[in-house]
Amino acid sequence: MTIEQSNAVGSTPPAGVTDESEYSTLDALESEAIHIFREVAGEFERPVILFSGGKDSTVLLHVAIKAFWPAPIPFSLLHVDTGHNLPEVLAFRDEVVARHNLRLHVASVEDYLADGRLTERPDGVRNPLQTVPLLDAITGNRFDAVFGGGRRDEERSRAKERIFSLRNAFGQWDPKRQRPELWNLYNGKHAPGEHVRVFPLSNWTELDVWRYIAREQVLLPAIYYAHQRDVYERDGMWMTPGPWGGPRDGEEVRRLSVRYRTVGDGSTTGAVLSDAADNDAVLAEVAASRLTERGATRGDDRVSEAAMEDRKREGYF
Amino acid sequence: MTAGPDLLRIATAGSVDDGKSTLVGRLLFDTKSVLADQIDAVTRASVDKGLDTPDLSLLVDGLRAEREQGITIDVAYRYFATPRRSFVLADTPGHVQYTRNTVSGASTASLVILLVDARSGVVAQTRRHAAVMALLGVPQLVLAVNKIDLVDDAESVFADISATFADLTRTLGWSDEQVQAIPVSALRGDNVATRSELTGFYDGPTLIEHLETVPNVADRAPVGFRFPVQYVIRPRTAEYPDYRGYAGQVAAGRVEVGDDVVVLPSGIRTTVAGIDTADGSLESAHTGRSVTVLLADDIDISRGDVIAAAHDAPEPISNFTATVCWLGDKPLLPGARLLLKHGAFTTPAIVGGVDTLFDEQELSLRDAPDRLELNQIGRISVQTAQPISADDYLVNRESGSFLLIDPQGGNTLGAGLVGDALAPLHLSELV
Repeated sequence: MTIEQSNAVGSTPPAGVTDESEYSTLDALESEAIHIFREVAGEFERPVILFSGGKDSTVLLHVAIKAFWPAPIPFSLLHVDTGHNLPEVLAFRDEVVARHNLRLHVASVEDYLADGRLTERPDGVRNPLQTVPLLDAITGNRFDAVFGGGRRDEERSRAKERIFSLRNAFGQWDPKRQRPELWNLYNGKHAPGEHVRVFPLSNWTELDVWRYIAREQVLLPAIYYAHQRDVYERDGMWMTPGPWGGPRDGEEVRRLSVRYRTVGDGSTTGAVLSDAADNDAVLAEVAASRLTERGATRGDDRVSEAAMEDRKREGYF
Repeated sequence: MTAGPDLLRIATAGSVDDGKSTLVGRLLFDTKSVLADQIDAVTRASVDKGLDTPDLSLLVDGLRAEREQGITIDVAYRYFATPRRSFVLADTPGHVQYTRNTVSGASTASLVILLVDARSGVVAQTRRHAAVMALLGVPQLVLAVNKIDLVDDAESVFADISATFADLTRTLGWSDEQVQAIPVSALRGDNVATRSELTGFYDGPTLIEHLETVPNVADRAPVGFRFPVQYVIRPRTAEYPDYRGYAGQVAAGRVEVGDDVVVLPSGIRTTVAGIDTADGSLESAHTGRSVTVLLADDIDISRGDVIAAAHDAPEPISNFTATVCWLGDKPLLPGARLLLKHGAFTTPAIVGGVDTLFDEQELSLRDAPDRLELNQIGRISVQTAQPISADDYLVNRESGSFLLIDPQGGNTLGAGLVGDALAPLHLSELV
């Protein structure tokens, strides 16, 4: 059920709804995520949701809206725009913001490059450059809790992440000094200047996310479903041509049926060959895939054994 | 504990080098929860280390320091699923100095897999871990007798270890139905997903069969409805000008529309007029469900209050005994001023006496030297500025647990259990 539909049914309850009969894993995960959203709303002054227009942050927003229904969500959104986003994703982002009447902050990597606060990397990859604008936006807006769509099944260092993850004044994560997370009691205390990253979808897997998208009819950017696209092959991934430096000599552009498994910086995020054009087909494809989401389509996570851990230590998500 | 009927939360425990990471890697591998690129990475890393077979433990040790030292430092959460159930597994370190991580992992677990090495059997660390699991009220235990392929006469070794462990767990308060011993080889996969030909004497379930079918019960004793109010939902929109709902997650029991309830600590009684979710109204809601409760009367209720069943509501308390696992680097001393978080309620608290120390090494209770050091467990008295509406932890894990928090730095310093959770452990019989 979409958010619009659920708003409509709220005032006239469907007859005979009972609870115990069909309480599924997805319901349990949703209840836990709602609990986390409400804890943050109750304990923090200025929370914000990181929203990229990707499937995880779109699901995150969907759950947030359900957590506070029928009231509006008490948070604004923050997007770190690398300047290398696919136009479909930016259009989707703006459409979601308008539809739910939300407030969006944009931290732009392009602005930082334009005035020299950041320098383009030789490989043109901008994911690592997001950290500084992200931390500046958190400090500048005095955000004290920052929701992210990160899941612990994504990557080995993410498996160590807490649901409430304290970051110091430099935004850094220290895996050896994490707070123990006991029962479902979350400790959001922090000193001025520190903030807490909060991951309500920690216990979801990629498959849970897709099952939830299918069940709730969550709308996503069209690039998540199979479509014809001009792509070229690099490092075994299908990349979209764009201002981020591709194709290079010898990289042949072809028109193929592809979809994206993850939304990210265009210079490093690839598409997969796919004919899965709707939720059911995507679900079947994800369930059968022999590659992880990031292994298949995120170049920067392949760089070293500890690429994600290192970036999280620097302040990245 | 928000597990639904087909989501089981489990944790691992056991000594260093008993093969915990290998068993977890094996569970992921045998449930096909590991994908080709992850296996490739592990195979590459194993070859780099000079090994001839892939080291499955590399699937789970994710931090630089862990790979460098070949040990697990912090709790990691793993995910796997079979057609019958989904699992969240808290993989906890075995080193003694990481007891706090064992406590974190076990606090939400409905089942703990305790590993022993078949060659060494039940050792001091096994007894310690079992005692901590008993204290925390973990409802189900699996004893995985690992490396069973490395012992001669596996049948008598397994029988001896299971019998010793059964004595231990009975003394700690588990019934025989709550404990399952399984002979396994994590390295070879015996009795993990597939029945082993090595262990013809064993006619019980494989580890995965057991995990799929074990009862998923989080509470030791049923108590009435407990609902910590997290947030008051007041839209003040044109469509919902007068809506006032109390949002929270059912911590214990269940509630139905029309039930008599009492609001704590004020003690005001009313009835449940409605149970809302964004997907529509419900007739009833059970433990773990996040809902919004509407009440018949207009009462002043705010975050931190508890809505409870009128017939068995807890008495609000401000002077009480508690059992604490101390997680702070600096010791807990009598007179310490801390913050106490119970449910959605946080209040200043002063620690009175530190009376009894649970000696994990000797498995005994003794008089505390007026302090608790890091990783020590003891009985303390607590006074809170405002009363908390708590149950005894022995009755309910969710409504009987609390955190002790450093008011300055904000760190979590203690895992608290209301009441004397040490009492039912017949420790004198263990030694």
